[in-house]
Amino acid sequence: MLVAENITKKFSGVVALDNVYLEIQAGKVSALIGENGAGKSTLMKILSGVYPDYEGRILYKGQVVNFANPREAQQCGIAIIHQELNLIPYLSITENIFLGREIITAWGTLNQKEMRRKTQALLDKLKLAVDPDTLIYELKVGQQQVVEIAKALLYESEVIIMDEPTSAISDSEVQVLFEIIADLKRENKAIVYVSHKLDELFRIADCFVVLRDGKTIEAGEMAGMSQDQLIQKMVGREITIKQKESSGNCREDLLIVENVCLQHPVRRSENLLKNISFTLGCGEIVGLFGLMGAGRTELLETLFGLHPRLASGHIYISGQKLNLKCPADAIKAGMALVPEDRKKDGLVLGLDVQTNICLTTLPDLEELGFLNNTKELTLSDKYIRELQIKTPSGKQAAQNLSGGNQQKIVLAKWLATKPRVLLLDEPTRGIDINAKNEIYKLVMQLARAGLGILVVSSELPEILALSDRVLVLAEGCLTAEIPANEATEDNILKAAIPKTV
Amino acid sequence: MSPKVYTPEEKAETKALVEKNNPSLRQRYGRHLVRFQSLIALFILCVLIGSLSDKFFTVANGWNVMRQISVNICLSVGMTLVVLTAGIDLSVGSILALCGAITAGLLKFGVELPSQNLFIGFTLLGAVLAGLLTGTLLGTFNGWTITRFKVPPFVATLAMLTIARGFTMLYTQGFPISGLGQNFSYLGTGWFLGIPVPVWISGIIVLLAVFVTNKTRLGRYIYAIGGNESAARLSGININKVKITVYAMAGALAAIGGIIVTSRLDSAQPNAGLSYELDSIAAVVIGGTSLSGGRGSIWGTVQGAIIIGVLNNGLVLLNVSPFWQQVVKGLVILLAVIIDKANSKAE
Repeated sequence: MLVAENITKKFSGVVALDNVYLEIQAGKVSALIGENGAGKSTLMKILSGVYPDYEGRILYKGQVVNFANPREAQQCGIAIIHQELNLIPYLSITENIFLGREIITAWGTLNQKEMRRKTQALLDKLKLAVDPDTLIYELKVGQQQVVEIAKALLYESEVIIMDEPTSAISDSEVQVLFEIIADLKRENKAIVYVSHKLDELFRIADCFVVLRDGKTIEAGEMAGMSQDQLIQKMVGREITIKQKESSGNCREDLLIVENVCLQHPVRRSENLLKNISFTLGCGEIVGLFGLMGAGRTELLETLFGLHPRLASGHIYISGQKLNLKCPADAIKAGMALVPEDRKKDGLVLGLDVQTNICLTTLPDLEELGFLNNTKELTLSDKYIRELQIKTPSGKQAAQNLSGGNQQKIVLAKWLATKPRVLLLDEPTRGIDINAKNEIYKLVMQLARAGLGILVVSSELPEILALSDRVLVLAEGCLTAEIPANEATEDNILKAAIPKTV
Repeated sequence: MSPKVYTPEEKAETKALVEKNNPSLRQRYGRHLVRFQSLIALFILCVLIGSLSDKFFTVANGWNVMRQISVNICLSVGMTLVVLTAGIDLSVGSILALCGAITAGLLKFGVELPSQNLFIGFTLLGAVLAGLLTGTLLGTFNGWTITRFKVPPFVATLAMLTIARGFTMLYTQGFPISGLGQNFSYLGTGWFLGIPVPVWISGIIVLLAVFVTNKTRLGRYIYAIGGNESAARLSGININKVKITVYAMAGALAAIGGIIVTSRLDSAQPNAGLSYELDSIAAVVIGGTSLSGGRGSIWGTVQGAIIIGVLNNGLVLLNVSPFWQQVVKGLVILLAVIIDKANSKAE
């Protein structure tokens, strides 16, 4: 049905896909599996026309195709249902399904009757018992997903790609989705199913393709495979960065976290974090691993006092109980958070390097209520030198520096607060290998100086390279705690994969 | 000593850094052109008007212009602080009117409470302070609704625009309060050391505001919040406190403007300051402050206010119809923003 041959895709020099081969057959569900960053999304985006430039070729029904944009791909019959749904909340189901291809009467007005009739037919087929005039925001996430599928069917799509379709829906909704998928299969549609949840794949998929580091590792029939075998294929890479020796000189507990829970901001009965308890010692680096949506970032945010109304549980630093109402409280207690998205949350990009570095410690740089320029300069110069931030001067706007140097500015601004606990969320995302190694070195140096460091990362090699101990989160629960000498990519990933029960 | 051998990449990087540090003559020239663009525009404007009217380049007219813009400068300085945090304050014109009316009313009539058989008279200082306090409180209320209830600044201050105007009408019963005495009119019409008093007042305000934005923690926080509110919050900055402070300052500055206007006319008009908020936003925008926050300066706004003032004055001197004056002012605002956009794209 659809064959992708020798697909290679580079992003500014970094190879995301390397000679990937993928074959999708009609009437079958093909599972696409791989770790975070293995290249799954990139491949799906190429198939659905989001990235029109790539090397290699795609054969669709025996013909070479090259889609210039998602619309073209849709018209040919390839539809993608993204993890984040692309529906407009305050329009009705009908209006969403027909958005951009409304049926027009002879008068040039909308033919509402006809569109509603067709929508009703699609909803009947997908067994969604709601009125076509219902607004999208009134639907549950699972139902919205069904609407997306209806949209795909309206185009008479032959290939339907689903990216993590069950990440946001409940078990009963998953059941409904699987029934729909089974129906589509009987109609000879080809389904590509991308998911982390391996046990789901065993229920619905017919064949699988494993991607790792942008390469096709293996493809085959699901029948006869076991979960362990699949995990091995996902991981089985040579470890390029040397695994850290546990320093072992532990150390009294610095940070103690007890029974931390976090409510879902909208669905109050659900918890995003469920009874998390752990400790972090002085001079210890603890790695926190989890797949997308496991609650890693939420945990750091909770520790940093960003969710005072939704969080519960106890947090202690050096035996002292904290009452965190806002980030300022957390900073006062000696915590620092280097956020995941440095452009969105870490830096004021338009301001210069010096101002960014000094932003967290302005009260210390004041004299009689006025900022002391010399003190500011001394502080920023010190960190520019110590962290080797490559900038012509402290007056350079942060947006003109490279990712690695920007990350160093964020680190600098937090080190300036003299923290005792450093929370790092994806500290090396999107920066090159040299800057990465510099940051690793720095983190270890800080640990030797006695800081407790919690590193969140979705890259297993990074976790293994840095951590004295590894914590694994899956769907808001702490599922494993592994000392460095026993940690392997295998056993970490096994603990991270959620179990649908 | 052997010379250090650079790889091509290192060479390129060094070269790029050097170029950033030492821009070529053309780049440097261009950068200064951008920095002083409003001054250059102002200069051209002055030469143009001066060549068409011999009354323009006179000392009397100079002070006249300065005095006329002093009120707009008070409002625009407050507006700049608000806009730097990525907000907007539409209520300054109405707050100006209410504070002017309250100052005038207290000065002339005091407060009478017949039921208690009580009369409170106000000295000049007391009345002025009461006016300032009113402005500060109304501004604080703006900041409170914006931070506490997450009302968009546009809407919150639009509501205050109506509320404050309504209170002005209630307080004055729709009639001007006139005849406020020699001492009071000194604030708007007097001279001190050869310079008009309103110019002293607005000048001091500008200096204070420049100082606050450049040299204090509050100033840094204002820029940080406007540049990236999320990063500012994560840096432990109390966003709400800063925002409330900024709106309170805008209110207080509007009150100062109200006192100057009332003093100059020796009368508090119920419809004083109508659409002044638009003039102050215009000054901020012409001065190069970005309405999306985080970028701009008090100096820029002062230049913007002077440009508007000179333009108004010049068009009057040249006997241009007031209707055309509005058209020209609008076009100038548009032009200023278009040039600014082109510049930031070039960067």
